[in-house]
Amino acid sequence: MPDVTGLVVVVAVLAAATAFGLWRRARDGRVVEARVDDALLGPDELGEPLGERATLVQFSTAFCQPCRAARATLKHVAADTDGVVHVEIDAEHHLDLVRRLNILRTPTTLVLDGDGRIVRRATGAPRLADVRAALPALRA
Amino acid sequence: MPTRIDPRGPRFAATLTAVVLAVVLVTGSTWLLALQGLVFAAGAFLGLQRAPYGLLYATLVRPRLGPPGELEDAAPPRFAQAVGLVFAVAGVIAFASGLTVVAYVAVAAALAAAFLNAAFGFCLGCEIYLAYRRLFPSQPNTTEVAS
Repeated sequence: MPDVTGLVVVVAVLAAATAFGLWRRARDGRVVEARVDDALLGPDELGEPLGERATLVQFSTAFCQPCRAARATLKHVAADTDGVVHVEIDAEHHLDLVRRLNILRTPTTLVLDGDGRIVRRATGAPRLADVRAALPALRA
Repeated sequence: MPTRIDPRGPRFAATLTAVVLAVVLVTGSTWLLALQGLVFAAGAFLGLQRAPYGLLYATLVRPRLGPPGELEDAAPPRFAQAVGLVFAVAGVIAFASGLTVVAYVAVAAALAAAFLNAAFGFCLGCEIYLAYRRLFPSQPNTTEVAS
C-alpha cells in the first residue's frame, strides 16, 4: 500500500484552513463592545487631542494589508462627522500601549467617546456603516 | 511613496505556492521544497513582482485580465515571503536531518498560510508581524506612560 500520510496531511490542512478562513471572514472588522479594564485614553497616549464627540484610534503596522482600507473608512467618517477625529498609531513603536490594550493584530480600531473612554473595538478593517453606528451619541 | 503592486499578483503566487507545497507533502520531495524556498527568497529579497511566480503572472496572466481595480503596498506580501522562507528552510533542514515529522509540520504551516492567502486573501505572514514585534521590539520603547 502506498504511503498516504502526506495526502492526509494536505487534506487536513486545507480543511482546517478553510474552517479558519470562513470563521475569520465572518468576524473580521466587526465592531463590538469594548472590554478593557484600563479603558481611558487621552492626548498623552495618542499624541493628538481627542475629538469632541469621538476619536477613532487605529493601530497599524508597516506590513499590514487591510490597514489601508481601514484608514480610508475611518478618515471618511472623521471627515464627514462633526467632532470625530481619526488618529493612527504605529503599533510597532507603541508596544507598551499595544500590550496594555491587548492588541494582537492590525488594524485594530478603538472608538473613544468624548472623555477618552474606549467604548467599541474592531479587529480587521471595519465597514463604514458599522463605524457610523458605533459612534457615541452627541452629548447635550 | 511605497511601491504599489497589482494585488492579484500575490494571490496568483499564493495559489502556485499552495499547489507546490501540497505536492511537497504528498511526495516528500526535499528538492521541490528547496526550489520553493528559492522562490520565497526571490520574493523576499527582490520583491514579489521580480520573483518567478510574479514574472509568470506578469507575462501569462495579467495580459488576459483587465487592469487592476486598485493597487496595494508591496511590503506586506514581501514580508510574508520572508516568513515563508523561514518555514521552507526549517522544512529542508528537518527533511535532511531525518526529522520528517518536523518537516511535515513546517510545510503544513506554510501550506495553510499560502492557501488562506489564495482562497480568502488573508495574509497570515503579515499578521504575524505585530506578534513578532511584541516579542522582539525593534527599538527601545519611548512611549512609557504612567497611568
